[in-house]
Amino acid sequence: MSVQTPLARVEGLGAAHSGTGHFWRLRIGSVALVPLSVWFVCIVLSLIGADRSAAIAFLAHPVNAILMALFVIASLHHMALGLQVVIEDYVHGEGSKIALLMLNHFFAWIVGAVCLFALARIAL
Amino acid sequence: MAEKATGAPAARPLSPHLQIYRWPVSMATSIAHRATGVALSAGTVVVAWWLCALAAGPHAYGAFSAAARHPVGQIILFLFVWSLAFHLLNGIRHLAWDIGLGFEVRTANRTGILVIALSLLLAIAAFAVAYCAKGLQL
Repeated sequence: MSVQTPLARVEGLGAAHSGTGHFWRLRIGSVALVPLSVWFVCIVLSLIGADRSAAIAFLAHPVNAILMALFVIASLHHMALGLQVVIEDYVHGEGSKIALLMLNHFFAWIVGAVCLFALARIAL
Repeated sequence: MAEKATGAPAARPLSPHLQIYRWPVSMATSIAHRATGVALSAGTVVVAWWLCALAAGPHAYGAFSAAARHPVGQIILFLFVWSLAFHLLNGIRHLAWDIGLGFEVRTANRTGILVIALSLLLAIAAFAVAYCAKGLQL
């Protein structure tokens, strides 16, 4: 016999009021990042010492540009969710916690916007 | 935490923490997973710098290359590659746990040691390949 109200049982969100949404999105990102990270390590190895024109020619190829965009987006999504847990674990002041949680997401959006703009300049 | 009327915390013995416990493999890999995750977050700025330098022109790219070739830059790049390798391999270990595999203590210890060794091997191999391909100048 459950002590939950019928509404709480139907919503299925539990005591934290967020259900398994955060957990699930973190897993989706991590599964996507397994092949994308392997690809990224390989291209960094081949490009980091290369001259600029070779690196640009590589990233200008549509397949590589799309893979790089996917790697950036998946990484930053995964990063924002991961850092959110770190902040929630270690920062206990309510004000500073809310401020850091916001800054965390702003950081991810700004780095993402910068990366995708640079990628567009390279590829288009 | 219970406090006296003055507001100062009562001087009770604290529970033992990281300095007291011995470090089982799973604890070390768990802490390293979080630490490398935070390090990789800082690493996203380096990736953004690299892409911006590529887009901006030869001058900006020269500055990035010079920083990457500098000994400090090389150390940061090595830590970045190792962090990525470790977080990737240990992340796969976590995904296996999520579907209920590898929870036995012996198995978890073995995969933990395997992940540490493989990540170091991968990072060193990556740098060895890069150095060989470029004739010892990155």
